[in-house]
Amino acid sequence: MTVCIFDIKRFAVHDGPGIRTTVFFKGCPLNCWWCHNPEGISPEIEHFTEEIEFDGITLNKELTVGRWIKVNDLMEELEKDRIFMEESGGGVTFSGGEPLMQHEAVFALLKLCSEAGIHTAVDTSGLVSEHILQQATELADLILYDLKSLDDKIHQEFTGVSNKKILNNLEITLKGQARVILRFPMVAGFNDKPADHNQLLAYLEGLENLDQVDILPYHPFGTQKYNRFNKKNRQNGFGIPSKEKINSLRDELINAGFAVNIGG
Amino acid sequence: MNDRIKKLRDQSLNAENRLSAERGILLTRFYQDDSIQHLSRPIQRGRCFEYILRHKEICINEGELIVGERGPAPKATPTYPEICIHTLKDLDILNAREKVSFSVDPQTRKSFEEVIIPFWAGNSNRDRIMDQLPVAWHDAYSAGVFTEFQEQRAPGHTVLGDKIYRKGMFDIIEDIETSIAALDLMNDPTAIRKREELMAMEITAKALVSYAERHAAALETMAGNEKSKGRKAELMEMARICRKVPAQKPDTFHEALQYYWFVHLGVITELNPWDSFNPGRLDQHLYPFYRKGLDDGSLDMESARELLQSFWVKFNNHPSPPKVGVTAEESNTYTDFCLINIGGLNEAGDDAVNDLSYLILEVIKEMRILQPSSMVQISRKNPDDFVKKALDIIKTGFGQPSCFNTDAIIQEMSRQGKSLEDARRGGASGCVETGAFGVECYILTGYFNLPKVLEITLNNGLDPRTGKQIGLETGDPAKFKDFAQLMSAFNEQLRHFIDIKVMGSNIIEQVFSSEMPVPFLSVLIDDCIANGRDYNAGGARYNTNYIQGVGTGSVTDSLAALKYHVFDQKTRTMGKYMQVLADNFKGHESFRYDLLHDTPKYGNDDNYADDILKEVFEYYFEAVDGRKSPRGATYRINLLPTTSHIYFGKVIRALPDGRKSGEPLSEGISPVQGADRFGPTAVLKSAAKIDHLRTGGTLLNQKFTPSFLDSEEGIDKVTRLIRSYFKMDGHHIQFNVVTADTLCQAQKEPEKYRDLIVRVAGYSDYFNDLGKDLQDEIIRRTEHEAF
Repeated sequence: MTVCIFDIKRFAVHDGPGIRTTVFFKGCPLNCWWCHNPEGISPEIEHFTEEIEFDGITLNKELTVGRWIKVNDLMEELEKDRIFMEESGGGVTFSGGEPLMQHEAVFALLKLCSEAGIHTAVDTSGLVSEHILQQATELADLILYDLKSLDDKIHQEFTGVSNKKILNNLEITLKGQARVILRFPMVAGFNDKPADHNQLLAYLEGLENLDQVDILPYHPFGTQKYNRFNKKNRQNGFGIPSKEKINSLRDELINAGFAVNIGG
Repeated sequence: MNDRIKKLRDQSLNAENRLSAERGILLTRFYQDDSIQHLSRPIQRGRCFEYILRHKEICINEGELIVGERGPAPKATPTYPEICIHTLKDLDILNAREKVSFSVDPQTRKSFEEVIIPFWAGNSNRDRIMDQLPVAWHDAYSAGVFTEFQEQRAPGHTVLGDKIYRKGMFDIIEDIETSIAALDLMNDPTAIRKREELMAMEITAKALVSYAERHAAALETMAGNEKSKGRKAELMEMARICRKVPAQKPDTFHEALQYYWFVHLGVITELNPWDSFNPGRLDQHLYPFYRKGLDDGSLDMESARELLQSFWVKFNNHPSPPKVGVTAEESNTYTDFCLINIGGLNEAGDDAVNDLSYLILEVIKEMRILQPSSMVQISRKNPDDFVKKALDIIKTGFGQPSCFNTDAIIQEMSRQGKSLEDARRGGASGCVETGAFGVECYILTGYFNLPKVLEITLNNGLDPRTGKQIGLETGDPAKFKDFAQLMSAFNEQLRHFIDIKVMGSNIIEQVFSSEMPVPFLSVLIDDCIANGRDYNAGGARYNTNYIQGVGTGSVTDSLAALKYHVFDQKTRTMGKYMQVLADNFKGHESFRYDLLHDTPKYGNDDNYADDILKEVFEYYFEAVDGRKSPRGATYRINLLPTTSHIYFGKVIRALPDGRKSGEPLSEGISPVQGADRFGPTAVLKSAAKIDHLRTGGTLLNQKFTPSFLDSEEGIDKVTRLIRSYFKMDGHHIQFNVVTADTLCQAQKEPEKYRDLIVRVAGYSDYFNDLGKDLQDEIIRRTEHEAF
């Protein structure tokens, strides 16, 4: 069994507890305008030619984004940082892209990790079939569940998909075995208005089994990648949310009884 | 920091590094006296020590609590013409050079010209050594295959144990006399020499007591003239202390510190021993005095802090003696590597972190000065809280304290045959060197340029820079059939140059042991008195000679690149590859790009490269470990560079790993600058593949930006990194917490900063992975933080 990934990041410290290794799977059903991993959207391996200034001349170098890797070989990579994971209470995180687009392989990996005693997290957009999510909650220790907006019109406009299924799936996920942390990417000009936050709070307070919400403030750092990977950049209207707005949402969430991390 | 300490600290920071002729003149006067010519070498040296201490100017700085200066003023630095004579040209260079300069005033220059140089020229230890060393040694030395520590400085590299806190000099003199009384002059042919040694030791022990009394007298005079009641009382108390120690054992915290300081001055006045002597396990030695003072009310935490800070200033007043030539290049710094050890285990093997350990950490943080340097010993038994307090200082970005693995250090020493108790009482000194404090003479003999050996191998024994055939003819590499043949040729050359290095060190050791005894240092280090033998002649309980390997990352990556491109992927023939190197990559830019980005490299937890490092380590270990020296020392390896990786880089042309001619080599066991692409865990994994326990120290540096460590979470993550590395037997790790300057440099030369991690927003990332606009933003941010 093989999976298509575009990066393995060791010493990942913001994708769940402790020191982690995060695997970025290629392919995503969403197409968010602010995405900072645009190279993860297409499920295909992509080839580019890069112009590189080096030693005073310009080199044209082939650049390949994505590779197929056998599940067993990937496990070997994940085992490499086991000592750090054990020491720090860390583990591995499957992210992307949408890892559950390659759910069979992810499940195999989750089982292998579980057998090896490695803590696992799945970072998902939530836009997958119910039964896949259900199975993920049975196999993973932690689900990092992204929720972008409760306003379906806006959601559709900026992510390309409706949020209905995502919301429905969240409730199913929360009934599962795995711990769930909700991740809210906060983007100025998209979902940072008081009304957005009131709507979010009201919704979250109605959920059962959710105790932690992480706010991920938007950053424009993916911008350079759009040029590098020849993608259409649609980030002009977005901005970094203000500290006040971040803190105000954080305080409201804390008052509502949630543990909150900023930045995950 | 109170006003007094602030003033003392400023005085020290602002004092000019200058050359002092005082010691040179006194030494010359002593040796010009006909009546000393018939004396045995040890007695001569003992009397010389006494003469200098009796006649040198006493310097007591305003407001200080610990007294004694090596020169007539802070940072007035002596030379040691009996070891190495500075010519007038050297003085001009020292005076004028941009980095690590020492000002030389006309009077000093005149003293050198008229008194010191005429007497010592051609007559120093360095002259003796250079005369005796064979041509093969000189050739390899000039080519930059290795350096030699003892060429300009005396053997030293030792750290004091707990002896002075138990015994006054009078007690030690009794020990010396017991040893003399036990000599069998009728039947033991070595007894006469031993008696000379022991008598010389006694002379120096007494000399130190008189030297302290001179300070007491000066303090009493000052007290008489002092108008401020408070200062008058202080001066009287300091005078009392100088009358008591070092003659008798100390009973108070202040006495213990002052005693140590006199001893320190004695050691660095007697000669200029490499890697200056220091008190070692300071929190352990001082704790009983601290506890007692707090209990009987004679001391409180603030006065202890003030005394420690005053003590800290004394170290900073004493720059390393001026070096010249190659020695300046291998270690071009004012620091003299006094490395205070805190934490670790006690001799029973229990957690030794105490209240004083934490107080000393606070002192380090507040003082923030170059000297003394400091480190924390971290055993698995020490609490996380201790590690985190250390990281709180490290994150401020001045490179102190560094982190050491006590459990590894103890195993290293056990392997070398030291008793468990002696191992537990030890630690690390200098940069990272393992030692049994108070009982070991462990001499660093010089740095060894591993990539240079590869360069010579690739040229069939020829040094391409000097055009001399200085190595063996191990064959034309273009004709090598496989990688194993290249490795075996490299191993042969390595053994050849280690042979030369060891032969040279043995010659030098014999010169020191017969010509330059150090009776005072011998008083301090056990078992010199019991053995009746000098420190430089094997008198210590344990004797070790280290050869410090440099450029492990560069040599590994170069070998990995050759294996990958010539023998495995076959992208180049060896002949073509050699042409690329000869061209210094000009016209081969695309290939160099592939070498830097697409070729296995050490530091990425990739066995392709790391296995080569392990093999190189075995060759080096096998070539050195276990050899014996004339004084009975055993040769061992360690892996550290100080600044020699810059010098060693200058003497090597282009290397197969993509490094251009003249550029620096990798430092310590750190990966080649920028070669590590998978973050700190991969680096630590790679570095841990070296068998640290068979070394006497390794040096690993990691870089983080200040903001990464700016949260409890960040501190915790780094604590986990340290603990994990130490679980894998890593010896030492130091964190560079970088500034905007470095980040700007990283923008200009991204290839060299690929391992730089920065805190971006809610996440951390490699600096290189960020777009220019973001980099600019972070640089601006960091600069704001710096203010």
